[in-house]
Amino acid sequence: MLNLVGRRALYSVPVILIASFLTFAFVRATFDPTAKLRQSRESASAIRAERVRLGLNKPLVDQYGSWLGRFLRGDWGTSERTHEAVTAQIGRALGNTTQLVVWGVLVAAVIAVGIGVYSALRQYSLLDYTFTGLTFLGLALPPFWFGLIAIEFLAVGPKQWFHLSDPPLFFIGLHSGGGGILDYARHLVLPVMTLTVQIVAGWSRYQRSSMLDVMSSGYIRTARAKGVPRRRVVLRHGLRNALVPLVTVMALDIGALFGGLIITEKIFSVPGMGKLFIDSLLAGDATTLTAWLVVTAAFIVAFNLLADVAYGWLDPRVRVA
Amino acid sequence: MRPPTPAPPAVPEPEPVGPSELLPSVEPPTAVEAQPGSAGQLFWRRLRRHRLALISIVVLALLAIACFGAGLFAPYGRDEQNLALGAVGPSWQHWFGTDELGRDQLSRLLYAGQISLEIGLAVALLSTLVGTVIGAVAGYLGRATDQTLMRLTDLFLVVPAVAVLAIALKKFGHDRFTIIWVLAALFWMYVARVVRAQVLSIKEQDYVEAARASGASGAWIIVRHVLPNCVGPIVVNATLSVAAAIVAESTLSFLGFGIQIPATSWGRMLADAEGTVGTSQSYLLYFPGLAILLTVLAVNFLGDGLRDAFDPQRGDA
Repeated sequence: MLNLVGRRALYSVPVILIASFLTFAFVRATFDPTAKLRQSRESASAIRAERVRLGLNKPLVDQYGSWLGRFLRGDWGTSERTHEAVTAQIGRALGNTTQLVVWGVLVAAVIAVGIGVYSALRQYSLLDYTFTGLTFLGLALPPFWFGLIAIEFLAVGPKQWFHLSDPPLFFIGLHSGGGGILDYARHLVLPVMTLTVQIVAGWSRYQRSSMLDVMSSGYIRTARAKGVPRRRVVLRHGLRNALVPLVTVMALDIGALFGGLIITEKIFSVPGMGKLFIDSLLAGDATTLTAWLVVTAAFIVAFNLLADVAYGWLDPRVRVA
Repeated sequence: MRPPTPAPPAVPEPEPVGPSELLPSVEPPTAVEAQPGSAGQLFWRRLRRHRLALISIVVLALLAIACFGAGLFAPYGRDEQNLALGAVGPSWQHWFGTDELGRDQLSRLLYAGQISLEIGLAVALLSTLVGTVIGAVAGYLGRATDQTLMRLTDLFLVVPAVAVLAIALKKFGHDRFTIIWVLAALFWMYVARVVRAQVLSIKEQDYVEAARASGASGAWIIVRHVLPNCVGPIVVNATLSVAAAIVAESTLSFLGFGIQIPATSWGRMLADAEGTVGTSQSYLLYFPGLAILLTVLAVNFLGDGLRDAFDPQRGDA
């Protein structure tokens, strides 16, 4: 087991290093840090001096080396947009995104497992077909459209229909401080719902097919034959085994969410990673963008690793391979 | 969609349709499968049974005709303004209403669909071509080529796709040809992975061994023996990537990094209508979103039908 973790972790190091190099080169090639000077028609020598100061005259590999050294020491530079430390910016954004991810994943996991198990146990029932139809709908729904429609029908609409002074669900930003838990929830419902709809469709499909696999396997028949109560067969013998593949998929998906909520956060103006990305891209803030890409890539790599480890831990047969 | 011309080995097994009493609408499967027929005929027979896939083909064909024939069918021009009229909701004159410039939304939707569908189809085609060649070569040659490809795709899969695409469009511009090749530059990797996995299992088959023993060259074996047997997964993947490309384009356009005015796409129309949420003009939001939803839904159903038609052994998933 430790061997598996070690091997996978070792593989992650070069992946994240090379990915960070490519990211660095990509951002460097896209944004010219001296663009502002050029626009203000500085003299050629002033621009050259600035390039030397920023180290842009050195080979790309050297620039990457010194950037990496500073990055690893925790010096991620200063944002060109807000003139604030990039670490502080990303830390704050990550905090907000994490709240969305945690709630979204919790809600989605409960719903997906529920739907999956029910559909597998009552295959081809009316509800199974309904869930299947909804899944197709969920997979085809563009998340940004769903978010906008949800605002229309759940926030602004009810406010007008019932002549409320406040919309029942807030759709801008996260909680505003006061108001306690209720205020927190009212801000969170819509973005979390938009996120949940995106992921629940795939997960419930996955859970259904893995539960179907498990329930038709030999050890379930054995358990039934020796008279284990149905409830125990489904929960202990069935669900526990059917969850193994879903946990892996969930880990992979969760890793991608930290950099993948760009749309959801934009629609609901959540000051998280997605919003930070758009703001930085529009302002041409290369320092923040590089750090942003490396951090989100690190999340994906880390959760890939977690998925492998979880799989090996839950299913001992994998460890040998 | 044509059936594969070089016939893959006909599969004699009857389709495992599960407990048949639970699928009353399907004609007795064994009777149908027992009839002899070429692989192409079998393919059509299985596809015809997939009613949703057939409906999807019709829906997609109608959408494509309406959008690409917008010059003929659209009641108004794409940019035809009627400032005196302004924004009015759906009516008989303007089925989908007009925006604040008095532009007919149905007409705009059709013209926008041209770009959305064009990008979806072009990206799918381009990425499938490139991905198939690279995936097949990597899978067949194995070793260093394969390792390089897999590690390269690993690298791309660890960075958020939308972010990379947005930066790339910022760098390379926003016209639709740029959008097509930037999307294709990312999408081919998924195709290559699918094709590679397929090739890896096919190249161990006896008939490939036989071809090699009788002196066929690597290129000949790939083209004549390996690829025809991957047609199913490739076509299914290509179909699904049409939907994925349409969604990717509309996402980027919605964020403002995709199609720029005066051209418009479904995503761009939604971006323009974003501010109307909760106002009396919120009808502007419904139709572009519904158009994307309908297209993606139809493409997914079609992909599902094709998958079943190509691979009768595949169970419910």
